Amino acid sequence: MIDNQTVQYIAGLSRLRVQDQDSSRFARDLEVILHYVRQLEELDVKDVPATSHVLNIQNVFRKDEIAPSLTQEQALSFAIEKNSGHYIVPKVIE
Amino acid sequence: MEFETVIGLEVHLQLNTCTKIFCSCRNLFGDQPNTNVCPVCLGLPGSLPVLNRKVLDFGIRVGLALDCEISPLVKFDRKNYFYPDLPKGYQISQFDFPIARKGHISIKSSAGDKRIGITRAHLEEDAGKLIHNDQNRSTLVDYNRTGTPLVEIVSDPDLRTAQEAYDYLTALKLVLSYLSVSECDMEKGSLRCDANVSIRPKGDSKLGTKTELKNMNSFSAVRRAIDYEAKRQEGILLSGGEIVQQTLLWDDARAVTLPMRSKENSHDYRYFPDPDLVPFVLDPAWVIAAREALPELPTQKLSRLVEHYKLNIYDATIIIQDRELADFFEACYLIYPDAKKIANWLNGPLLKELNERKCSLHDLDLLPAVLAALIEKVETAQISNLAGKEALSLYLNKNGSLEEIIRNKGFLQVSDDQQLLTVIDEVLRDNPAAVAEIKSGKTNVTGFLVGQAMKKMQGKANPKKLNELITGRLQNE
Repeated sequence: MIDNQTVQYIAGLSRLRVQDQDSSRFARDLEVILHYVRQLEELDVKDVPATSHVLNIQNVFRKDEIAPSLTQEQALSFAIEKNSGHYIVPKVIE
Repeated sequence: MEFETVIGLEVHLQLNTCTKIFCSCRNLFGDQPNTNVCPVCLGLPGSLPVLNRKVLDFGIRVGLALDCEISPLVKFDRKNYFYPDLPKGYQISQFDFPIARKGHISIKSSAGDKRIGITRAHLEEDAGKLIHNDQNRSTLVDYNRTGTPLVEIVSDPDLRTAQEAYDYLTALKLVLSYLSVSECDMEKGSLRCDANVSIRPKGDSKLGTKTELKNMNSFSAVRRAIDYEAKRQEGILLSGGEIVQQTLLWDDARAVTLPMRSKENSHDYRYFPDPDLVPFVLDPAWVIAAREALPELPTQKLSRLVEHYKLNIYDATIIIQDRELADFFEACYLIYPDAKKIANWLNGPLLKELNERKCSLHDLDLLPAVLAALIEKVETAQISNLAGKEALSLYLNKNGSLEEIIRNKGFLQVSDDQQLLTVIDEVLRDNPAAVAEIKSGKTNVTGFLVGQAMKKMQGKANPKKLNELITGRLQNE
């Protein structure tokens, strides 16, 4: 059962701000989605391996060979703030 | 009540491939910030990761060296968390199909060999480096390290003391260092260790609540942190409290563990298969080939050195601590086949030079033939043992060839009978009292006369020869 608290928890993980008045609507929608997906539980999937990829290809590799990287200027060109070759972000200590 | 500590370790090992795990940027630490980055490791929209084949090979090698089963199916998953060291908002790691699992490694404990289980080893990407600036409340981000290939090796909770944890790390590092897949340097961050620690009443089989310790930057710091943490937990339980499951940072200067300021929910990683990376199926032939290509591992090398060269365990154990040193030993033996003498020189003077210079053997520019020649000169008494050590030091300081150094420093010992006898006769004449004492049976006074003769020869006489000649002279009189 998805309640408002769960909606706020998921929103927090996604760094989304969800207004309280929207919570119950999202809770309802998520509940409907889960209900739909839950139909799978009626099937016997004992011998069906979990799908980890939808493409039927495997073993795609790259050789361990160096190719040019971006220049520091290019890398930092889309930074909102930068200093001495670094990106600058608000101070975060985990 | 008596408690037992239960420890499991997670070791992160940076792999020394040329390029990163999922892109072709150079995998090199210490360059100018944000110069080894590209759209893939910066997580720019639309970029796609492609696995470096060598990373998979290295992962298999590590797994096999730890006696793991290698998974026939390898896939990658996203571990989601929000922190600026990861530009994508997730780390590509392995969740339910790690490349290796169910291995083990042996450590020496007071009760003999103890086998420590390896739960799993999996591949993942390293994160970027953050530098926190207190003054303007900002954080500097360098993404050069982002995408550096890592193997994470997780032990079973088989360790019972901080010392065992230390021994496990030492044994693990030794094996890993033989594989040539990493620098294995904890100070430089190419090997990192976190510890899961809990305690339980001795005899209980149920695990207690664990805490995770981070931020230890040496093996001895790991040992100190675990010791501290076990005592801290014991204090809490004995006073009727409860252990809180949390991540703690070790503060080595203050020797305490402190709670990491942790955002709520940060451990809800929501793993799911990375749709950008297709699965990898390992042909058994691939794994067999990797097994055959494994180098001789430390325990095998130890037995071989003991059996083949008749070295004692003590000498052999020191030599195998460094694969290069072991190779050097064998190369010297081919030229000068006296294993014990070589071992003495390697484990004594040579290791001393390495420690003093804080460098490794390949930095020294020393050929096995040079050391073998030096040992031979000492053994044939062309130079004294002391002069030999000094000659080695001078040679490593680039003071010329061994021959030049010995000549220029006047290290050559005089072993010529005629030359020595002339001096000996002078000494015997000048010291009649000592001569009389020796003749009356006090043979240990001979040493005094040897010393006198050596003084006259300015230290360049072969002492053994002097002793023989003096003894001979006095017996003949």
